[in-house]
Amino acid sequence: MNVKYMYSFLAVIVLFLIAYVGTEAVGLQWLFGVLIPYAALLVFVIGFGRRVMSWARSAVPFRIPTTCGQQKTLPWIRPNSIDNPTTTGAVAVRMFLEIVTFRSLFRNTRMKAKADGRITYQLELFLWLGALAFHYAFATVLVRHLRFFMEPVPVPIKLIETLDAFFQFGLPVVYLSGVVLAAAVLYLALRRVFIPTVRYISLANDFFPLFLIFGIAFTGILMRYFAKVDIVGIKALTMGLVTFSFPESEVLKGISGLFYGHLFFVSVLLAYFPFSKLMHLGGIFLSPTRNLTTDTRARRHVNPWNYPVKVHTYEEYEDDFREKMVEAGLPVVKSLEAAAAEKE
Amino acid sequence: MKLVERLAANKSTIVKKWFDLVAATYPPDTAKFLKANRDPFHNPVGKTTLEGLSAAFDALLEGADPVVLDRALDPIIRIRAVQSFSPTQATAFILALKPLVRELWSKGPSDPQAAADLRQIEDGIDQVLLVAFDIYLKCRETLFQLKVDLEKNRIHHAFVRAGLVADTPVQPSAAEPKGAV
Amino acid sequence: MKDLPKAKDFYSRLAHRPDSASDWMDVPVEIRKGMYCYAANPKSLDTLGFPYARDWNPVEGDWKLPENWQQIIHEGFKERLERFRSFKVFMDICVRCGACADKCHFFIGTGDPKNMPVLRAELLRSVYRNDFTTFGKLLGRIGGARPMTVDVLKEWWYYMFQCTECRRCSVFCPYGIDTAEITIMGRELLNLLGLNIDWIATPVSNCYMTGNHLGIQPHAYKDMLDFFVDDIEEITGVRVEPSYNRVGADILFITPSGDVFADPGTYTAMGYLILFHYLREKYGFDITWSTYASEGGNFGFFTSHETMKRLNSKMYAEARRLGVKWILGGECGHMWRVITQYMDTMNGPADFLQEPVSPITGTRFENAKSTKMVHIAEFTADLIRHGKLELDKRRNRHLKVTFHDSCNPSRGMGMLEEPRYVIRNVCDHFYDMPENTIREQTFCCGSGAGLNAGENMELRMAGGLPRANAVKYVHEQHGVNMLATICAIDRAALPPLMQYWVPGVDVTGLHEMVANALVLPGEKQRETNLRGEPLEGMEDDSDE
Repeated sequence: MNVKYMYSFLAVIVLFLIAYVGTEAVGLQWLFGVLIPYAALLVFVIGFGRRVMSWARSAVPFRIPTTCGQQKTLPWIRPNSIDNPTTTGAVAVRMFLEIVTFRSLFRNTRMKAKADGRITYQLELFLWLGALAFHYAFATVLVRHLRFFMEPVPVPIKLIETLDAFFQFGLPVVYLSGVVLAAAVLYLALRRVFIPTVRYISLANDFFPLFLIFGIAFTGILMRYFAKVDIVGIKALTMGLVTFSFPESEVLKGISGLFYGHLFFVSVLLAYFPFSKLMHLGGIFLSPTRNLTTDTRARRHVNPWNYPVKVHTYEEYEDDFREKMVEAGLPVVKSLEAAAAEKE
Repeated sequence: MKLVERLAANKSTIVKKWFDLVAATYPPDTAKFLKANRDPFHNPVGKTTLEGLSAAFDALLEGADPVVLDRALDPIIRIRAVQSFSPTQATAFILALKPLVRELWSKGPSDPQAAADLRQIEDGIDQVLLVAFDIYLKCRETLFQLKVDLEKNRIHHAFVRAGLVADTPVQPSAAEPKGAV
Repeated sequence: MKDLPKAKDFYSRLAHRPDSASDWMDVPVEIRKGMYCYAANPKSLDTLGFPYARDWNPVEGDWKLPENWQQIIHEGFKERLERFRSFKVFMDICVRCGACADKCHFFIGTGDPKNMPVLRAELLRSVYRNDFTTFGKLLGRIGGARPMTVDVLKEWWYYMFQCTECRRCSVFCPYGIDTAEITIMGRELLNLLGLNIDWIATPVSNCYMTGNHLGIQPHAYKDMLDFFVDDIEEITGVRVEPSYNRVGADILFITPSGDVFADPGTYTAMGYLILFHYLREKYGFDITWSTYASEGGNFGFFTSHETMKRLNSKMYAEARRLGVKWILGGECGHMWRVITQYMDTMNGPADFLQEPVSPITGTRFENAKSTKMVHIAEFTADLIRHGKLELDKRRNRHLKVTFHDSCNPSRGMGMLEEPRYVIRNVCDHFYDMPENTIREQTFCCGSGAGLNAGENMELRMAGGLPRANAVKYVHEQHGVNMLATICAIDRAALPPLMQYWVPGVDVTGLHEMVANALVLPGEKQRETNLRGEPLEGMEDDSDE
């Protein structure tokens, strides 16, 4: 058994039990429903900000974008302005495609040679699809949850809910995003277990967030479709969190421990976020191989800590080799005589 | 059915098992990569190995002709010669075929003819091993030649720079044969 | 039949390595012969003023490290995190998705899992977590952190010198994480402890003192070019007259010194001489070579940012001293990465030079208006486009050419079409290799970033396997017999690679083929190409 995913899995189970027992048995609804979420949010905001600031504090001494297409040179050669962007606008397009469509992952092509020697290409789509499905489903779920923090619920959110429930089956109507999220997380986790190279490089830090997010999706789905929790009470609590006017303890006590488990998972995710690889959310914007223009030969980039270095000057070089240079008929700045006279 | 015919009929299974054994000479994670990735340009080691084993197996059944075997095995051994295997490790995978053959043989008739058939195939495998060893040595010699050439060039150039090489005009015909450079 | 050995048992005794533990941190590093390069000569380190110059041997247990080496690494690490956002961000954001895992030529060729780019970075990242992150300090091993030990240091050294900084992995990374950056930092840190390899340190020291990696002194540099002048006269009947260190020339030419000293690069150097002579005769082109700035390549780049700057300073210094208008650069790989992404920043601004304009076609090289340095493939492509070169393609018609995109011009610059345009105009037969092995997805020669030594020949052959495999494909499909390239390291590294994997394919620079096709004013009927090989098939046409 692999300790990396076992530990992560156990950690998630334990986290759930803490919240469930803490509320159902010990009665710590205030702690898990109010205090911890606030604290987690605080940690998230401050941690995220600090991490981004710490990146921003580090200098960008050189412009080192990876050029993934033809450079802009002679007017009759068509440049690839997105993959080799020379303007800020083009960089924005490159970044947009990178962030919104995971373009680099999409490059993952596989080639197959047919029996007759011809070559065909096929996209290695699974990782890209899995990643896209995961991120978009997560985003949709997040947006949908805004309904818990707004009264009245704004039209755009209702619209998204309608779209998300497009297939109109199940009762209550099944939201696609939740199902896709759980499935995508499962795929990404299984991939780490079964693809040998990926398993070899995976750390506990890679399994933990996946299991945690799966826990969030799972408890969410349980509450919506099976456990039928006290939705009015929950909304009273969540509205209370944004308006700072909390419902009676009785209402809090009436909410199922399942919900507090769900909320605790979310809190842990928020607090864990700034200290983990999940910070790629912020980091991708700062990646120097993607977010800089490639016009480095046309426009000078300034290094803030550029310092003078020791060099071997031409004068020193000529001093080293003057005789040989003269003998070989190479021009010198100082004649042999002048150099000799200087020495004396 | 004769052993050779049965081997031919079971070729894909045996070659597959054989390939798995060769892949197992790499670290486990790499081995799975070699087996799983079908892209000939991203997994040249896996692709070359599978093709080579298949060709060597055919050659074995057709009488283990050294020239044919050489062509079949060269690509595999060439790769293993640069992958920090010892000489035995680089070539011993040939022997892994023997138990696979015996396993199949043991399921068939055990008359004297069958025993003779087995002996014949095993002799053939020995032949394959010898060819593999020749190729291995040839590859290592090439490697060392490349190293020697590199050093020779460096020293020669150093001599030229030091003015120690006489500039005698060399007739094209008398010049060093191309390829030795 | 129960006595028959089971295939599996039988075979397990012959396995390559003992079953590796499930966790890479438990697999100890083993420095293998043929995979590593010799330690740096202490004299070379002394010349450069590098710390801890000493005799040491990578395969011996004691590396004679300074007492406080862990502190040196820790502080060096910290300093680099502050100086390079790339380093800091790349340490933090990798999600280990595995997209890069099978993109590295060293992983594909050697089968060593620690050559997966992500794992190469994890070698450093694990120490980063331990030293600089709260979670790493708290969770230790389970959080992917480990303390810096001698074994870790040895692992760093072994694998930082099994990376050619080719950046192929960064093309596929969803966050653009660039292993070249990781390797550059790793090597900088190792340099703080005097742990360089000789194939890098000695060229760097040579280049510092004599101006070029090979340590060619000025008179010898001129001698070598004089040999070429004689050879060219013998082949073409025309005597070319290069000039050196000439104050007042229009343009300064800088090319890697490898082309002056090693075949087949020498034929490319002859190609430059012939092209410049042609242009001078026809259009009054005025260019000078320099013995001081006699190296385009920059092994300093494989040492540290500072060393790169120290070596590269000669280019602008010499251009200023000679009073030229702009600089023309020869065919070289990492030289152009340095010029494109570093030179202007570290050695500029080159405000004493003029915005480059081709004196022959009048083309303004606006893409180089700040560095003032033009790539010769751009320059020649422009000449051909304007019909300024008289070319006889037939002299190259025995060639079936494919083009190897060198890593740095493709992924650090984006020069993909210019060389192809030139090849198509000087050769009849051109075939590209399969799509995901060329252009920005090109496979490295396996010998870049200072790894083209002799003692690591096995590593070079294994690392070059993916490239050779693609060449083999076009060799078998189309009968390709010539591998063209615009990099001096390629010209040195690819011939042995071809000899080993694809015999029958030779290696050439772009301008060798240009010069073979170029019809010089007043030349005699050419009977051989620049290599002295008879021109096949030309005999029939000689009366035309």
